[in-house]
Amino acid sequence: MLRYSLKRLLGAVPTLFVIVTLTFFMMRAAPGGPFDSARRLPPEIEHNVAAAYNLDKPLLTQYGIYLTKLAHGDFGPSYKNKDFTVAQLIGIGLPVSAKLGLSAMAVAIILGFLLGTWAALRQNRWQDYSVMAVAMTGITIPTFVTAPVLTLIFGIYGISLFGHDFTLPVGGWAGGKLANMILPVTVLALPQVAFIARLTRGSMIEVLRSNYIRTARAKGLPSFRIITRHALRAAILPLVSYLGPAVAGILTGSLVVEQIFGIPGVGRYFIQAALNRDYTLVMGVVICYAGLIVALNFVADVLYAILDPRVRLT
Amino acid sequence: MKTDVMDAAVALKGRSLWKDAWTRLLRNRAALASMIILGLIAALALFAPLVSAYAYDEINYEIVSCAPNWWPISAPCLAGGTHWFGTDAVGRDLFVRVLYGARVSLAVGFVATLVSLVIGVAYGATAGYLGGRVDALMMRLVDILYSLPFIFFVIILMVLFDRNFFLLFVAIGAVVWLTMARIVRGQTLSIKQKEFVEAARAGGVSSFGIITRHIMPNVVGPVVVYVTLTVPDVILIESFLSFLGLGIQEPLTSWGVLIADGANTMESAPWLLIFPALFMAVTLFCFNFIGDGLRDALDPRDR
Repeated sequence: MLRYSLKRLLGAVPTLFVIVTLTFFMMRAAPGGPFDSARRLPPEIEHNVAAAYNLDKPLLTQYGIYLTKLAHGDFGPSYKNKDFTVAQLIGIGLPVSAKLGLSAMAVAIILGFLLGTWAALRQNRWQDYSVMAVAMTGITIPTFVTAPVLTLIFGIYGISLFGHDFTLPVGGWAGGKLANMILPVTVLALPQVAFIARLTRGSMIEVLRSNYIRTARAKGLPSFRIITRHALRAAILPLVSYLGPAVAGILTGSLVVEQIFGIPGVGRYFIQAALNRDYTLVMGVVICYAGLIVALNFVADVLYAILDPRVRLT
Repeated sequence: MKTDVMDAAVALKGRSLWKDAWTRLLRNRAALASMIILGLIAALALFAPLVSAYAYDEINYEIVSCAPNWWPISAPCLAGGTHWFGTDAVGRDLFVRVLYGARVSLAVGFVATLVSLVIGVAYGATAGYLGGRVDALMMRLVDILYSLPFIFFVIILMVLFDRNFFLLFVAIGAVVWLTMARIVRGQTLSIKQKEFVEAARAGGVSSFGIITRHIMPNVVGPVVVYVTLTVPDVILIESFLSFLGLGIQEPLTSWGVLIADGANTMESAPWLLIFPALFMAVTLFCFNFIGDGLRDALDPRDR
């Protein structure tokens, strides 16, 4: 297990290296730089600014400098947000994004799994059909439609519960208060709930047909025990390997959700940074997210091996 | 005597795998309905200038954000008889704009999927057929690319190269070929072991001939299924980019742009959100149903 982990961690190095290289050269291949502006600066100032950020050196040298610094954990200064380093900006945004993303992930996994299992146990009955219809809707209706519609219903019109009228905040983060999180987390989790429910239903149906489940039934075990002790363990496997793509999906969704709800997370920095050619900030965010996906794929593999004794990690 | 045999052969003919699959697909009501609806939407999009009396960029400040005449709830103003879906914030006819949006969204969907199809099938079939080290190396590259946060790359590309229409196709296509390559490779690996490939090799058919004549036709099934599921994916990615302001530019439009605009004015002019969102959702539904139907039709296990 330890050997495998080490091997995988080493394997992540080339992946991250490719990502860094690709992003670096893509950013530089484009016309325009971070210090272009409508107002022309005097040439010497322009030159000094470029020199301060090493932008006057040949591209390969810049690449070398960037890699060396990165190896020391230094993402460099942000070109556009003066007085901030990239690490600081990510440090501000990441906890917010992480809280949002992890909550959505938890909701998606729990809800998706329960719904999928329920649909599988009631296969081809109305419960199954309604869960699958809802799932299909969740997949086909994009985040940026559900967000404004839910905002309109719950944020502006409000809901009446027990004689009280409630409205949820339509934007802002307020340090991650529960009320502020409900709408963004729901919107972010919805497509993933749908995917996970479909996935779980499919694998659950297949597992329930398998021989060892029939054996368990023949032994006279109660249904509940068969499902919780025997079927769940096998049916959860595809879900585990879906973890990586799910994270990627949530990251993508968070770009839109953070934009719509005005949440100060990493996703918002990214789009601004890309538009402003803030090279170092874009690189920082991409590396950070890529690292996250690599790490989660690793966790998924290890989890898979723990759950499925047939898989040997080598 | 001879004619009898011929007649028998003619009578028996016509139950190829594809014909079988086609009949099964037609028997699937959801898939059939989806194909008809999709065909209708595509035809409307194609003949948009003939269907509508208005041009997609025809501005009319007399009727700004007006509801269609049949709108059931009271609206600030009505757009008049032939604006079936009402008008947008500068008085353009929404119906024709939804159709033009369909043109862009469907075009992006098909072209980007085609790009991914070409790259994915070529790459996957080569890796799978050659096997060994080459395969390991090629698939390792796919694994690496898989862990890239792809949407970020598309965003960088779109930002840097000035929202080029053509680039949008290529960028999205280059993003979605990975799964295709994996599917094709897996399929190729298993087909390669089959007796008929061995027979072909024994008969002296070249590698190229084996890949194109014997392996590729057998890979078509899963690929077709995956293609129908890729198109809606691509349409979603495009609309996502357009929503962020990185896709199609005015006055041209796509469903993503229309939905983004509609979402902003949802409270005062809900039709601007409802119609584009409805068209897009229905299209995505249809593709998903067709994909599921095709999977059932092509999977011999479920006969």
